Amino acid sequence: MWEYTDKVREHFINPKNVGEIPDASCVGEVGSLACGDALKLYLKVDEQDRIVDAKFQTFGCASAIASSSALTEMIKGKTVDEALDVSNQDIAEFLGGLPKEKMHCSVMGKEALEAAVANLRGQAVAPHQEGEVVCECFGVTDETIKRAIAENKLNTVEEITDYTKAGGGCGKCLDKLADILAEMKGQKLKPLEPVAQRPAGLTNLQRMKLISKIIDEEISPSLQKDGGNIELVDVDGKKVLVQLRGACSSCKSSQLTLKQFVEKRLRDAVEPDLTVEEVR
Amino acid sequence: MPVIYMDNNATTKVDPAVLEEMLPYFSEQYGNPSSMHTFGGQVGRKLSEARERVAQAFGCTPGEVIFNACGTEGDNTAIRSALGSQPEKRHIITTRVEHPAVLNVVKHLEKKWGYEATYLGVDEQGRLDLDELKDSIRHDTALISVMYANNETGVVYPIQEIAEIAKERGVLMHTDAVQVLGKVPFDLKTLPVDFLAVSGHKVHAPKGVGALFVRKGVQFRPFMMGGHQEHGRRAGTENTTGIIGLGKACEIAMGNIGHENSVVKGLRDKLEKGLVAAVPDVRINGTKDSRLPNTTNVSFQYVEGESILLMLDAFGVCASSGSACTSGSLEPSHVLRAMGVPFTFAHGSIRFSLSRFNTEAEVDLVLAELPKIIARLREISPFKRGEGEAPACTC
Ligand code: FES
Repeated sequence: MWEYTDKVREHFINPKNVGEIPDASCVGEVGSLACGDALKLYLKVDEQDRIVDAKFQTFGCASAIASSSALTEMIKGKTVDEALDVSNQDIAEFLGGLPKEKMHCSVMGKEALEAAVANLRGQAVAPHQEGEVVCECFGVTDETIKRAIAENKLNTVEEITDYTKAGGGCGKCLDKLADILAEMKGQKLKPLEPVAQRPAGLTNLQRMKLISKIIDEEISPSLQKDGGNIELVDVDGKKVLVQLRGACSSCKSSQLTLKQFVEKRLRDAVEPDLTVEEVR
Repeated sequence: MPVIYMDNNATTKVDPAVLEEMLPYFSEQYGNPSSMHTFGGQVGRKLSEARERVAQAFGCTPGEVIFNACGTEGDNTAIRSALGSQPEKRHIITTRVEHPAVLNVVKHLEKKWGYEATYLGVDEQGRLDLDELKDSIRHDTALISVMYANNETGVVYPIQEIAEIAKERGVLMHTDAVQVLGKVPFDLKTLPVDFLAVSGHKVHAPKGVGALFVRKGVQFRPFMMGGHQEHGRRAGTENTTGIIGLGKACEIAMGNIGHENSVVKGLRDKLEKGLVAAVPDVRINGTKDSRLPNTTNVSFQYVEGESILLMLDAFGVCASSGSACTSGSLEPSHVLRAMGVPFTFAHGSIRFSLSRFNTEAEVDLVLAELPKIIARLREISPFKRGEGEAPACTC
């Protein structure tokens, strides 16, 4: 059985805002009976663009129902634009977290919201329906996949399946998913050259933020590909203290990784006189 | 809250009489059955008794019983042994509805070892087509492996006929009989299979013990090598307490087959009929004519299995589901898909599997609560009768 938080259980057993709004301003529908989960979201929006009521109907597992309930609670009272800022992560967080295999339920919530807003604004399709269908089993488009990768910092094909369901059926699309992932990661590494972009005269705070950003967004994902990871421990002046994890920590070439990869990247992107040291 | 356990095809409670039989062999009579001393020898004698009890239940000789760890080990051993002893034969026949302990082994053999496999299909009632079986036998078919009864739907397959076909064509035959021991009578004196695997924890013995029947005269290639235990056919110090438990459980199971097919079956029928009467848009998966007496697999349209299970859990009711959300994959059970159960039903399927420890009051409780749960979930669901045909997945 899945490990659900108390909050998930609560929103599953006693979901809020179940039902239809007969005079809804807009309706957003995602999923289907065939695919195993579906969500229909009804919104009532006033002249000020404020969501005065939200109701849902969901077919799906406990976390799908709980995510729908959470979503309606979160967006009621917000303006439409504010509501659109709610990410699938926010929905999961509101519920105290979801099992990773169930993250697609929170994504479904987000997509229903976008579909409803598209309906409200007279747009033909919601953002998640744009692009090309990559996974036929679950009708997932490349746009949806790319967005899930970017917004949730996904690093593996398995994670793409957890978040979008793509690849969870016949498996035919797995290679395409790997390609999309590689392409996305490639894009991220593109700004590698720009020594010129390096900001001049950083304050301590700026330096720390930049270092931590580069570690989180670039270095750590690429180490994770090899089964390792890195964690920023501290920044002491120009000294960056890190800890290597997983495969990296026992790997003989970890010192090499540290100097040739981590230090070089940080020097290029932040300041040329940084040094990286490992704390054990 | 008392537990209402209706998931006996997943595992069963250890019968108190089985436990009692096992207890002295943990910390009093803990000798190694292979030892020379009298202390260990006593345990050895108790193992012989267990082997005789199992042989009695199977209708075979004690020498044809190999104790192991589980049904999965039995399946793996039988398949590997059959292939290993006939290296020139490259073809395996099995079904699309096997347990993963067979299905995934065969898939692996195809992928990694270049074997060819035929997966027999089933009809919408879950039945095999024996003509399809006959047609798929080739001169290089090494093994036919067909389960005796399906764990998800309870459909019992015509193993007698299949084994006779196999024998006539000179092909080795294995059957995964994990679900039938104690429920369907069989006798290996007249049932011509070469291998048959069972598991202790499905028959009120503990987890971690199983038995594999290998017919005398059939070439055997051990899966586990090491010491000379089980006459060199399964190395590793015996799980003595487990084996003693399995022996006792077999003895009890044989005495209870009548009870299973009358009382337990009566409870199952009451549950099934009650649900069909109380809830609209349901269907029972698996042929009514040839089914285990304890199992019912019910599909509720427009709702999802995991949600049903969690709501039942609130009443202490334990069952299981073939829905995608509980299988760890994103697609519903391969058994229901092989049967062509429409997705609209497959996602909402629940399996109840009873045992002699269930009571009528428990069935009544499920009959009182489950219809309300389904109604509640259908209220939440966007799909209603008549508008249920949502676009189908192309998978
Ligand atoms: S096409 Fe993506 S899993 Fe089948």
